[in-house]
Amino acid sequence: MNTTSKPVKTGPNGRPVRPFVMPASFGGKLRVWRLLLLRRVVQLGVLLLFIGTVRWGWEAAGRPVLTGNLSSSELFGLIPMADPFAVLQIMLTGHFPLQEVLLGAAIILTLYALLGGRVWCAWVCPINMVTDLAAWLRRRLGITDLFRLSRNTRYTVLALALILSVLTGVAAFEWISPISMLHRELIFGIGLGWTAVLGVFLFDLFILRNGWCGHLCPLGAFYALVGKLALLRIRFDTPTCTHCGECAKVCPEPQVLNLKDAAAAGMIASGECTNCGRCISICPEDTLHFDLRHFIEAPQKPDTSQSNQRRAA
Amino acid sequence: MGRKTSISRRNFFARVGQGAALAATGGLVWSYLLTQQARATPFAIRPPGALAEEDFNARCIKCGQCVDACPYDTLQLATAESGIPIGTPYYIPRETPCYMCEDIPCVPVCPTGALDHALENIDDSRMGLAVIDIENCLSWQGLRCEICFRECPVQGTAITIEYHPRRISKHAMFIPLVHSDACTGCGICEKACPTQKAAIRVLQPDLVQGQIGDHYRLGWTIDSPITQEFKAGVDATGTSAPATGLDYLNEGSP
Repeated sequence: MNTTSKPVKTGPNGRPVRPFVMPASFGGKLRVWRLLLLRRVVQLGVLLLFIGTVRWGWEAAGRPVLTGNLSSSELFGLIPMADPFAVLQIMLTGHFPLQEVLLGAAIILTLYALLGGRVWCAWVCPINMVTDLAAWLRRRLGITDLFRLSRNTRYTVLALALILSVLTGVAAFEWISPISMLHRELIFGIGLGWTAVLGVFLFDLFILRNGWCGHLCPLGAFYALVGKLALLRIRFDTPTCTHCGECAKVCPEPQVLNLKDAAAAGMIASGECTNCGRCISICPEDTLHFDLRHFIEAPQKPDTSQSNQRRAA
Repeated sequence: MGRKTSISRRNFFARVGQGAALAATGGLVWSYLLTQQARATPFAIRPPGALAEEDFNARCIKCGQCVDACPYDTLQLATAESGIPIGTPYYIPRETPCYMCEDIPCVPVCPTGALDHALENIDDSRMGLAVIDIENCLSWQGLRCEICFRECPVQGTAITIEYHPRRISKHAMFIPLVHSDACTGCGICEKACPTQKAAIRVLQPDLVQGQIGDHYRLGWTIDSPITQEFKAGVDATGTSAPATGLDYLNEGSP
């Protein structure tokens, strides 16, 4: 295991490739985990607001804090919010829902379209905690994939959800969604929905890495499309990158970390990036950062391609 | 990724076919799951103002805001083992009936209109229809019970008591009757029924109600005076056409 005898590998920038080393100190670990911890706080915090309002009657200034669940809710009995994908399915059944839920869906759609579509997946969706646990366990146990599946399968599932909503007259994904089952049962009481969640967990653990979130989930696919032009992106600083590949190892959607594309755009441009920030924490060269699309300068390139990139961005 | 592979046209069509077959199979299984779930909906007692089952199923976004709003914890969201579409609101009258709040808090919070916001008077709601099992109803056995009648929030209209005198040595019967034009299906009667299993149950009206049909004309319900000059075929406007073929019955009468 002695690598010192070998010539030191250098990246395209001429600097030596350094692997990621987990700091020994607790403070250092905490720094690496900071975004992960923040995500858990946000995920659990949203759930807690729902649970607190339903079960313990949390109020602010005499108004319920957050009623409903992630399908449709109301903040302070005032601001409607709704899952735009669910509302889209309902509308495809041939029913035109009330303005309230349309407004709620518009609010959430705008929020994620600006913020980064799959911010939903990494920062709010409760299934993320389940699939992250499965991914962590499978890394620990060294379980390999049972088969390969295109990550574009999710767009087929998305199309199926929309078509079946038209054909069956019910919101097709909402009726079988393990995501909805999980947050609904956490908020309103446990039923057998956990078996569906267990199914997702086992699928991710034993069958396919990132199987649910990265290959099948139509809601993730929906938000990947919504977030194509989102503001919040991971900035990529080309000069410091040594192509060590640590980021791709931890990324749940490694196909978005195409460093060539990233170098051209100056950021991780794909809508499939969930903005989870794992790559930011792990990067030994501090190459990756959260930034706003608007402020990201595409690196110097021949003029034509730069303007193309800008337009594509 | 990005590796150029030369695929023959036959290969290409085979791949497209495989993808399409996979999607179609998945779609079939998926729609089977959906229709299986929807099949159970006639057995769900829905919140006040719920649209007809098909419309309700399509519109309900399963957010549970009606459940939040219910002050009696009557409403619950269906879980996988409830036997009705997962996540939709319903209640079990025998456990907790709908207490028919006058302000109907569960309806206006519905964001999609699966619960009809036009419902203003809770007495107009039709969550179900109470049905009496006369073989197990205490009143029908000749005992004095009538608890359903006394508990009914639309008392004297939705449930009435019919008096049936019997022989001198036997107690008269006081029989509860449910009237569909007033029964809201709240289920307070089912909750109150003292038999081991409720002898009065709330079910969706479609499951229990028949239909006479338009071809029956019940003479005594037609709003016009019955005279000796009765002529069949009197319509609502009072104009009558002689019923051909019946005239001979009155022929020769003074």
